[in-house]
Amino acid sequence: MKLTYLKTIGKIAITGLIASVLPLSVNAKDTVKVGVVSFLTGPAAGPFGTPAKQGAELVIDAINAGTMPAPYNTKGFGGAQLDAIFSDESGGGTKQVGLFRDFVQKQNVDAMIGYISSGNCMAIGPVADELKKLTIFSTCGTERLYEEKLRSHVFRTQGNAVGDSLGAAKYIADEYFKGKVSTADKMFTGINQNYAWGQDSYKFFVLGMKQYMPSAVASSKPQFPKLFSGQYGSEISALSLDPAKIVHTSFWNGDFEAFMLQGLVRGFFSKKILVSSVGGSGVDSLGKKFPDGVIMGTRGNVGLIVRNDQTPLNKWFVESYKKRYGAYPLGPSYQYARAVMLYKIGMDSAAKKAGKFPTQDQVMAAMKGITFESFVDKIEMKRGGGHQAVHSIAYGVTKFNKAKGEPGIEKVIKYSASCVYPPAGVKSQSWVESGMPGRKCN
Amino acid sequence: MQFLTTVLFDGLIYASYLFIVSLGLTITFGVMKILNVAHGGFFAWGAYLASISIIYLGDNEYNSYFYYFAIFFSAIIVGLFFGYIIERFILRKMYNEDIHLIVLATFGLFWILEDLILHVFGVDPLMPYYPAMELGGIEIAGIFQGVYSLTLAALAIIVAFICWYFLKKTKWGKLLQSVIFDREVSVSMGINVTNVYLITFIIGGMLGALGGAYIAPTISVSPGFAIDVVVMSFAVVVIGGMGSVPGALIGSLIVGLVRAFAVHQAPILELFIIYAIMAIVLILKPEGLFAPPKPRKI
Repeated sequence: MKLTYLKTIGKIAITGLIASVLPLSVNAKDTVKVGVVSFLTGPAAGPFGTPAKQGAELVIDAINAGTMPAPYNTKGFGGAQLDAIFSDESGGGTKQVGLFRDFVQKQNVDAMIGYISSGNCMAIGPVADELKKLTIFSTCGTERLYEEKLRSHVFRTQGNAVGDSLGAAKYIADEYFKGKVSTADKMFTGINQNYAWGQDSYKFFVLGMKQYMPSAVASSKPQFPKLFSGQYGSEISALSLDPAKIVHTSFWNGDFEAFMLQGLVRGFFSKKILVSSVGGSGVDSLGKKFPDGVIMGTRGNVGLIVRNDQTPLNKWFVESYKKRYGAYPLGPSYQYARAVMLYKIGMDSAAKKAGKFPTQDQVMAAMKGITFESFVDKIEMKRGGGHQAVHSIAYGVTKFNKAKGEPGIEKVIKYSASCVYPPAGVKSQSWVESGMPGRKCN
Repeated sequence: MQFLTTVLFDGLIYASYLFIVSLGLTITFGVMKILNVAHGGFFAWGAYLASISIIYLGDNEYNSYFYYFAIFFSAIIVGLFFGYIIERFILRKMYNEDIHLIVLATFGLFWILEDLILHVFGVDPLMPYYPAMELGGIEIAGIFQGVYSLTLAALAIIVAFICWYFLKKTKWGKLLQSVIFDREVSVSMGINVTNVYLITFIIGGMLGALGGAYIAPTISVSPGFAIDVVVMSFAVVVIGGMGSVPGALIGSLIVGLVRAFAVHQAPILELFIIYAIMAIVLILKPEGLFAPPKPRKI
């Protein structure tokens, strides 16, 4: 009797032990936990953070369900379901580093994806390497991320700001200065936010103009208002008094919309040629009020520039996004989706090669230096030791599509990656200053 | 000449905007001796409420006069609603606490108001551009200025006049000045200081909300945009003198004109120069340029 009693207790204990251990082991193979960080509050949330989150969410759900078109049509990430934990990027670098540590050390995530702000990427990059946690930056643009130091655990699926600025300069040279132009037309200035992204963007635009249009003259008074300042009355007056006709801006978030609105009322855009490297979100916000004739980039083949592209992957993305969120996907939607797609490729390839659930090192090895299929083009992880993406850069001119009743873009020119990014191992500034040796434009 | 005229107009427009916002802040401080950080919350709520009203009116092609009605109505509603709740149920219970605690409480209230915006209005930016677009631009010294922005200067003049008339010519204004001068003496003279505090806080809130509501048609109204406005308003009241209405006017003009000059001549110094002036004023006259006189108590 006593022996039977003990046996029963033993069976219960063993069953309990198995029951408690089994879900953990199954979870470890069936689910990957990933932190996805974008601006969910603050001025950058509406035009950037929320579309970014939605782009990631849409692609994650589709991959988990196995409903995304080829080549992403297999179910899951290395066979596992991705459990995304969305987090807010607001609050600055110090706060984000703290949250990153929390994600890695307390929540034990398998990877981190996202980050829009260059300042945050510069703060998170070294910590990701220190904690040895796979991190895929999706959007931030500063070239310094890899040019100051190669990163062991950090990947970036977005080309840096150098390509955006050089692409803008080349578009102006190709599209606007084919004919005879006045001296004032060849003068240029800029209005950019006063931090890493704005300053770097304008610096490379100036360097690019010197190369593509040696006779062009930079204004002595480019504007650098504070990030999120929202009021540009004096800046618009100063730019209006400046004889320079071309005005470069890398404004993003609500700053771009506010600048456009204030400039529109004052007839600014009928007198100046505005070149925007990342203002796509404002085109939709202002709709038919947005002026025609603005030279617009979207940081690669994403957003406004490709929304009518009919490749199967892009068609699926645009239609699914519109159906789910009631709007066109913006640049950040594409950028976050691309980062998720690289993670899937890494997981799938590593799992296939290893024949089992892959380790983080195997996933990173599978991602390093590859070329992968994006929505309308290919992304090459060929810079920064195989961790930094390059891709073609496109610019066009805004033109409201009256027939469809929605914003449109025309005269689109695409520049190949080898035209606007330096070769591997070469620093951007010295490459541009030395005349961009070895560049191949289309 | 063109340069000076443009700087003058740019400076006056920016100063008008700063004056309307900082007036509420300085009146609240003058009467209640509270540095109301939650003032930014009033500003943001005023902007949001006016934005959704204007967008609704514009989308449904209502007469444009309604835009202005919506702006003032939003400011009144926000000031009344949040002003009453905050003063009656939070600040009134803290008047005997350390002044630093009250500042911290208003700081917390600012973030609560900001967070409420996210829940009520969401994160998408609002662009109530209808009034600014309808009024268009006017050429002054060869540069187009937005007519709507110029009306901001007119509004600031009207607000300044009403404020002057109220303080100098009405019974309520005299009561208010008495409370500003000495609370205890005012109580002993039979003035209902509790009511004066409540009404002052509501009026201060309305002015903050009016600043946000009126500026909304020229900006992208999005979460967090009020933070910079509060900081700039602090610079204005510190320069002009905490609690001084003429100080708010002069402080706004100094900041507006100096900023405009810097943007035109040395853009990189735009922010530095404002805070440099503030630092110089604090060193030379810590109470500000037009701080109200303090009674000598025996």
